[in-house]
Amino acid sequence: MSTLRLTDVRKTYSSGHLEVEALRGITMSVEEGEYVAVMGPSGSGKSTLMHILGCLDVPTAGSYELAGTDVSKMTETELAEVRNRRIGFVFQGFNLLPSMSAWRNVELPLVYAGLARDVRRARAIAALERVGLGDRVDHRPGELSGGQQQRVAVARALVSDPALILADEPTGNLDSRSTADVLSLFAELHDSGRTIMLITHEADVAQAAQRTVRIRDGLVEQVVAA
Amino acid sequence: MNGIETFRTALEAIRSHRLRSTLTMLGILIGIAAVILTVGLGQGAQSKVSAEISKLGSNLLIVTPGSTTSTTGIRGGRGSSSTLTTADASALSSKQVAPDIKSVAATSTSTQSLTVGTSNWTTTVTGTTPNWLDVRARTLDSGRFITQADLDAARPVAVLGADTVAQLFPRGQAVGQTVTINGSSFTVVGVLAAIGTTSSTTSDDDLAVVPQTTFATRVSANSTRSSVSTIYVEAASASALTAAYQEADALLLTRHGVSSTAADFSIASQQSLIKTATSTDATLTILLGGVAGISLLVGGIGVMNIMLVSVTERVREIGLRKALGATPSAVRRQFLVEASSLGATGGLLGLGLGVVGAVVLPHWLNQPVTISPLAAVGAVVVALGIGVTAGVYPAGRAARLAPIDALRNE
Ligand SMILES: Nc1ncnc2c1ncn2[C@@H]1O[C@H](COP(=O)(O)OP(=O)(O)O)[C@@H](O)[C@H]1O
Ligand SMILES: [Mg+2]
Repeated sequence: MSTLRLTDVRKTYSSGHLEVEALRGITMSVEEGEYVAVMGPSGSGKSTLMHILGCLDVPTAGSYELAGTDVSKMTETELAEVRNRRIGFVFQGFNLLPSMSAWRNVELPLVYAGLARDVRRARAIAALERVGLGDRVDHRPGELSGGQQQRVAVARALVSDPALILADEPTGNLDSRSTADVLSLFAELHDSGRTIMLITHEADVAQAAQRTVRIRDGLVEQVVAA
Repeated sequence: MNGIETFRTALEAIRSHRLRSTLTMLGILIGIAAVILTVGLGQGAQSKVSAEISKLGSNLLIVTPGSTTSTTGIRGGRGSSSTLTTADASALSSKQVAPDIKSVAATSTSTQSLTVGTSNWTTTVTGTTPNWLDVRARTLDSGRFITQADLDAARPVAVLGADTVAQLFPRGQAVGQTVTINGSSFTVVGVLAAIGTTSSTTSDDDLAVVPQTTFATRVSANSTRSSVSTIYVEAASASALTAAYQEADALLLTRHGVSSTAADFSIASQQSLIKTATSTDATLTILLGGVAGISLLVGGIGVMNIMLVSVTERVREIGLRKALGATPSAVRRQFLVEASSLGATGGLLGLGLGVVGAVVLPHWLNQPVTISPLAAVGAVVVALGIGVTAGVYPAGRAARLAPIDALRNE
């Protein structure tokens, strides 16, 4: 059974009289446990695709099935639960809350899952240890380097043990050393059975994946198996 | 996300914008304190007036010349020659005509200068009958009160109030001394026990009481011998007050030969005096309370404004929380709790300020401030309500934000 299936997905942004067709009919599927890279030039629709995959946005046309369920039929509350339980996000801009310490940032998905505070803290610290930040649990994002912040974000993505990890240019703001750190974390997650979709425009980053989907102007251009 | 977690998150948000939260709460705080203090001042003034009027005696009716219901012009008011006479007073004291009236005291008053040796004191001189003492529920500190014999012979005797004695006879021992009123010498025969009136305008402890007959001949030159300015009527009991009122009213109407619509006198009871006096205060309280209420409303709008700013400012945070699994209702709850915490905290602090004001203000204003527990609880509930109301719209906006619109906002 495939984890995700997109059928002729289109997304049109309209701001005023201006219409932008960001996705113009994407059909693709990703199997459970796959490690897929999505590559394409800037403005080709990669982020739009990831937002739809992550249930953060809905397609204008076409259907998206996540583990056999049509996402367009779900309510806001059900979508929130899907995002909470099944998906872990890693954003290019980290998206950490600056006023909270590392472990408080990491525990956020567990807060909305309704877990008790001591359980959350234990799991958040375990996740931070897993990304090599066991000694930084009480640091705030401002007190961490870019690579460390992204590792906190990865810890947050994996803390709820989701089946699918979506990463939108997670290494876009990182130096090569931190990039290697983050990529090896993804490799580990993949080895432990997670489905990973990694969006990037860097060819050497995409190399880590089993399969690369190239998109251009909102269409799948090419699928390359590694 | 459970209640404690929602509360914790809301408090963190409030704490992370300390200055802004403080200023927002200040609006509610000042509003609540203003409402509590104005209402407290009003209630204090009302209870003070009631207490003063209660000292008149509980079964008392007060008959004064002139009509308060007059719509056809002035009919023999207080300033001109009085329509009430000593004959009216003696008619009222008849047990056959008015069985529910226990005793009657007619009084005439005039402001006069009292002289003892070289010292001078201006006070109210009251000409009345011996039963004034009972009717006004007063007692003597020393000496005796005026008697029927004093009245019949129009003797120049006077009974003084405690404060008057303090002014004229600083060394004490007033009984037996002589005091000059309007050129005539009066012998002080008694001193009234003090009742300690706090009013700044009139004092029940600063007065001189003389026989009605003596008053007419020696004190007040311009008043006719038989006219009086007030007749105090004491009913047989509190329950007989209404009957006494009707008897007095009917008797005086007959004696004056007028219909009730053309009455040239008015009768007030202690209750009606309290009602009239406190209703003015009540109106003022409502008015001031209303102004204070508007400041509270402005405070509430302030909370709403800040919550809207907060939602706009935290679009990214809201989007992130939604991306991580916050449901719309969890987001709504968070902002509602935040707004109501601001409201409730402002209300509690405002209540604190109000209580401090209620303790401090009476020293400066010489006015009592009454804070009822009901008003205190009400104020905090209202503040909480304002917070919730002010939070509903911003919280709804936050809950409806699409996670992606929120996250993209860079
Ligand atoms: N909210 C939006 N409103 C209008 N146009 C948008 C919006 N988001 C993205 N776009 C447009 O859609 C296209 C694809 O954008 P995006 O998915 O962010 O590309 P990528 O991530 O590959 O750089 C771009 O032309 C972009 O300008
Ligand atoms: Mg992008």
